[in-house]
Amino acid sequence: MGWISDYILFLQERYTDILILLGEHLYIALFSVILGCLFAIPLGILLTKLKRGVVTSAAFTVANIFQTIPTIALLAIMIPFLGIGMKPAIFALFLYSLLPLLRNTYSGIKSVDPGVIESAKGMGLNAGQRLLQIELPLAFPYIMSGLRLTTVYIISWTTLAALIGAGGLGDLILSGIGINNKFLIYTGAVLAIGLALLTDFVLGRVEKKLSHVSQAHSETQA
Amino acid sequence: MIRLEHIHKVYEDGFRALEDINLEFTEGQINVLIGPSGCGKTTTMKLINRLINPTKGKVYINGEDISKINPVSLRRRIGYVIQHVGLFPHMTIFNNVAVVPKLLKWEPRRIERRVNELLDLVGLDPETYRDRYPSELSGGQQQRIGVIRALAAEPSIILMDEPFSALDPISREQLQDELISLQENIQKTIVFVTHDMDEALKIADRIILMKAGKVIQEGSPEKILRHPANDFVKDFIGKKRLKQSEKVPAVDEVMIENPVTAYPTRGLAQSISLMERRRVDSLIVVDKQKKLKGYAPIFNILEKYTEEEQTLADVMKPFEHVVEQGTPVTVALDLMSTHQLPYVPVVRSQQDHTFVGVVTRGSMVRLMADVYPGQGNEGV
Ligand SMILES: Nc1ncnc2c1ncn2[C@@H]1O[C@H](COP(=O)(O)OP(=O)(O)OP(=O)(O)O)[C@@H](O)[C@H]1O
Ligand SMILES: [Mg+2]
Repeated sequence: MGWISDYILFLQERYTDILILLGEHLYIALFSVILGCLFAIPLGILLTKLKRGVVTSAAFTVANIFQTIPTIALLAIMIPFLGIGMKPAIFALFLYSLLPLLRNTYSGIKSVDPGVIESAKGMGLNAGQRLLQIELPLAFPYIMSGLRLTTVYIISWTTLAALIGAGGLGDLILSGIGINNKFLIYTGAVLAIGLALLTDFVLGRVEKKLSHVSQAHSETQA
Repeated sequence: MIRLEHIHKVYEDGFRALEDINLEFTEGQINVLIGPSGCGKTTTMKLINRLINPTKGKVYINGEDISKINPVSLRRRIGYVIQHVGLFPHMTIFNNVAVVPKLLKWEPRRIERRVNELLDLVGLDPETYRDRYPSELSGGQQQRIGVIRALAAEPSIILMDEPFSALDPISREQLQDELISLQENIQKTIVFVTHDMDEALKIADRIILMKAGKVIQEGSPEKILRHPANDFVKDFIGKKRLKQSEKVPAVDEVMIENPVTAYPTRGLAQSISLMERRRVDSLIVVDKQKKLKGYAPIFNILEKYTEEEQTLADVMKPFEHVVEQGTPVTVALDLMSTHQLPYVPVVRSQQDHTFVGVVTRGSMVRLMADVYPGQGNEGV
């Protein structure tokens, strides 16, 4: 069982590097997802309001295409435009996050019972009030599950961002492969998995909390 | 009062849903729009809260052209109940009912009071139900919430689009009864869409019958039943209901079959004591073959009372008016009122004069009770 003490030694030596890379990883992933949310959620809402089906299907086609480009290829394509480092990585991952966020926002809002919308309208809620008081709260579980799904994916894909010099846990794996160091590879992989699971868990809690708060909120409003 | 003037509605796809609709919805009454599916009832109703704008024509509410009113503020003044309730699933019952008062920025205390009052009104205990979600209520309870939500901000107009159609017949009847008694208190102008004639006849003050985007007939339920404008209306009302309203029962159905009768040979003292016992003021005189002979009023008997030899045959008078079996009650009624008769005897036929019974004013009352059963004890 000599490898355990070896590993502890390894950690003692490298833990600052590892923490920095972990931070980078988280940063890249969250930055991409947040950017994705800022773009895809409003766009998804907008698409539900458009009468012309053409625009909607065009938007989905584009988002779909991004999704189908292999990750490595997309990262490589970014280099001529944005160089290497975090910027192209974040941009590429941002593009990946669009489709699931867009799709869930769109279908979440579309899934709201038209009767509910119509009675809201008939009762005199204007478009903004309908969106905030009716559509978004009802679409919230959809949007949130899209967000969780996306975040988990993006955290795992962020590992590849190391290929274009963005840093993150992928660095550990890559250099592990380079110098044939199993500790580096496993540490990178396990941390990436752990990070994804933890984020999913946290977002799950947030979701529960928020739907709770929104109920409690409307009750105290009364 | 709501007035629709020369309304045409052509949908984007070119479908002509309404053609030259001219209508008034009477204030403080239940106005029922009825007609086959797709005839334009919902379209007509939605013109009133501007969920649909007419292609041509104008809608006035209390003389005001509503195309000049902001639709959002117009809608807050009009209650609206749709077919599938449309309660907000993510809000408690309290918040559902409170939507419009909140939009109108009522004081929280006033909203609270109002919601409790409305829940009480439809027999739902506020303590039990106010914090539930719509999915935790039965279909009928949800419909009640739908209705009181429309009442919440005290609008003077309420639009209801087939509000009870998704319910089982029993809850449906119950809610109709509730609506009727509610309306007695609130006296709103209600526009109610249905395709169920029984429902319309039950709740309507006025019925507006539509077909293919046009108004075919409007009027009170009574008028529509009695004077259907054409075959379409007749078909729509249905033969059964028309018969019910047309069919006048025959005298046989209402007559008293065992009134106080006596043979012509009966002595006068005997007759008097019979009259005393049965508390009548005249006897119908019938012979042993049940042939109708006449009647003996008490005064005629008393006049000849001292003459012991006399019998009913001596004092009786013939009937001037008799009716045959199978005669409509209305004929008997006419006779009684034009000739001031307390009753009319019924005979098997004018030729053989066999007595079968009498129609009295009392039997008419019983007839009314049969035709309109249970009106007296129908509660809330
Ligand atoms: N948005 C629309 N675009 C095109 N046609 C429409 C639209 N809405 C309704 N129609 C058509 O207009 C006609 C009247 O519709 P409406 O909803 O008023 O019928 P209705 O009398 O309420 O019928 P139902 O009893 O089935 O509810 C129907 O033939 C319907 O197909
Ligand atoms: Mg309809």
